[in-house]
Amino acid sequence: MLKFLRKNGPGYLFLVPWFIGFIALALGPILVSLYLAFTKYDIFSPPEWIGLENFEFMFLYDDRFLNSLQVTFTFVFLSVPGKLVFALIVAMVLDKGIRGIGFYRALFYLPSILGGSIAVAILWRQLFDYDGIVNAVLAKVGIQGPYWLNDPDYALYTLIILAMWQFGSPMLIFLAGLRSISPELYEAAEMDGTSKFKQFYAITIPLLAPVIFFNLVLQMIDAFKTFSSAFVISGGSGAPVDSLNFITLYLYNEAFTFFRMGYASALAWVLLVIIAIFTGIAFYSSRYWVYYENERD
Amino acid sequence: MASVSLNNVVKSYGKVEVIHGVDLEVVDGEFLVLVGPSGCGKSTLLRMIAGLEEITDGTISIGDRIVNDVPASQRNLSMVFQSYALYPHMSVRKNLAFGLTNLKMPKPEIKRRVTEAAKVLQIEELLERKPRQLSGGQKQRVAIGRAIVREPQLFLFDEPLSNLDAELRVQMRVELADMYHRLGTTMIYVTHDQVEAMTMATRIVVLRDGIIEQVGTPFELYNFPQNKFVATFIGSPKMNMFEATVDGIGAVLPDFGTLALHVDDTWATKISVGIRPEQFALNGSGETSSTGTITLVEYLGSEVYLYVKLPSGHVVLARDNGKATHKAGDSITLSITASQAHYYGENGLRMPLFDEANS
Repeated sequence: MLKFLRKNGPGYLFLVPWFIGFIALALGPILVSLYLAFTKYDIFSPPEWIGLENFEFMFLYDDRFLNSLQVTFTFVFLSVPGKLVFALIVAMVLDKGIRGIGFYRALFYLPSILGGSIAVAILWRQLFDYDGIVNAVLAKVGIQGPYWLNDPDYALYTLIILAMWQFGSPMLIFLAGLRSISPELYEAAEMDGTSKFKQFYAITIPLLAPVIFFNLVLQMIDAFKTFSSAFVISGGSGAPVDSLNFITLYLYNEAFTFFRMGYASALAWVLLVIIAIFTGIAFYSSRYWVYYENERD
Repeated sequence: MASVSLNNVVKSYGKVEVIHGVDLEVVDGEFLVLVGPSGCGKSTLLRMIAGLEEITDGTISIGDRIVNDVPASQRNLSMVFQSYALYPHMSVRKNLAFGLTNLKMPKPEIKRRVTEAAKVLQIEELLERKPRQLSGGQKQRVAIGRAIVREPQLFLFDEPLSNLDAELRVQMRVELADMYHRLGTTMIYVTHDQVEAMTMATRIVVLRDGIIEQVGTPFELYNFPQNKFVATFIGSPKMNMFEATVDGIGAVLPDFGTLALHVDDTWATKISVGIRPEQFALNGSGETSSTGTITLVEYLGSEVYLYVKLPSGHVVLARDNGKATHKAGDSITLSITASQAHYYGENGLRMPLFDEANS
């Protein structure tokens, strides 16, 4: 024992701060929130155990929750494929070895760095304001733009466009993936008379599948967790008419506006389960469409 | 089958010219090997014939047709790449059939060709495997199979054996030569390995810095290299070179003295004399000789190579049969006969000795 401590003690000592941080800031709150999900808790009085009541209310009576699910799913199912397709197209253009590629790469990546920030959401708000630049441009060609952010029919789609605009990170990953495909494969295909379109779907897509899968899972999880842009653009309320009331925004308001910590915790756990289910589906489906070159047989 | 004709072919990348006006006739049905050191332009030349690189100037014809502007897929040729270029996500069968499906060929015909190629290359049991499940040699066979199924009029090979280990390389060399004799299709083969070039080619093109140094049969290149570069490039181990001066009687070599020969006196007074390792007579008779010390012995079984340090400090390589029992430190006498040596002028070109010039 003494020998073991002498040998490994300093190593464990170095790990202590991390363990403290992990338990206090991650594992602890996770377990507490799991407990709170089964309680009624308003911060001011002690949590009261109510069993599955939070979940029962959520799925049977809470229309705002069901609406928030619809908003979140619409956002995920439109923004993620849109962003991936856009990112792949730009990556393929940049992969052609154009002059000044470094500049364009940085330029296209910039929105991703800024994208998550409050400043960009505010900028987006200015752009899509009724008197904003977008409507000014539309007016030039004789189109009267709508109230993008105040009309429940448009607000979510404006946010989806904002998400798609932040395509830099998947684009860079796609670019790296495209670069790893041997040019000789395309040359061989060209000599075989393969059309560019067939080269794309018979060579590029299958060989890029692991990267597509990686981007899909990452972007999907990210999209489910979207918060700050919705918060800024809707003024924190999910307005107009709850059309931007993402599940994250809903649980935030439940927790910090109405102090229904128990219910908010339950919402958070439901979101986690939803993310886990969709990630699981993605992984399960991947065995049918993702090919790994170095896979063990 | 097809002949290929290159007429003043030039290739430039921006302002840098890498192929400087190459003229070459590839005869219908021959196995032509392009050989040269790295960066000499041999792969570029092959890729221009394939249609994967545009040519900057000149013309390339396949058969009677100028193909400068003809896309690669319509040149009726197949290429085997150094990296095999097999589609990793497709089975061997799909790899073989992929090109044929583009030609809108009927399925039974595709099946017939794939089966036939697999049989010829002995890869029938591998048809359902993915490339990652194949060894290097098997991958190479599949790559060749993919070229065969198209039944092209011209095969192009871009260093196809360089990723294989030594043993497999020898085996595949034999198989490729066998395939050539069986199909009789014109083949153009790029390699930096001159043993491959010597053993497989009907003719060899030696390239350096984007120009052709010599075209000839392996016999011609080995026995009558037209310049100093070809002399030292062709032959393994390479030819020994001596700097010599010419006087009235012949060429005066350091260590060896004078080799009597008829040199055209319009040529320079400083020449290079080349002697292949097997052209030294060991401890025997020759026109002139020198005694040196063996510094290293490389025993190869059937033969032995000796590194011999001559009195001037010049180290030469000599060959003896495998039964000889030399060891480092032994002294040895090397002899030269003038008629067996190669002579190059200051400009690096082969000197026209009277005997050769008159023959």
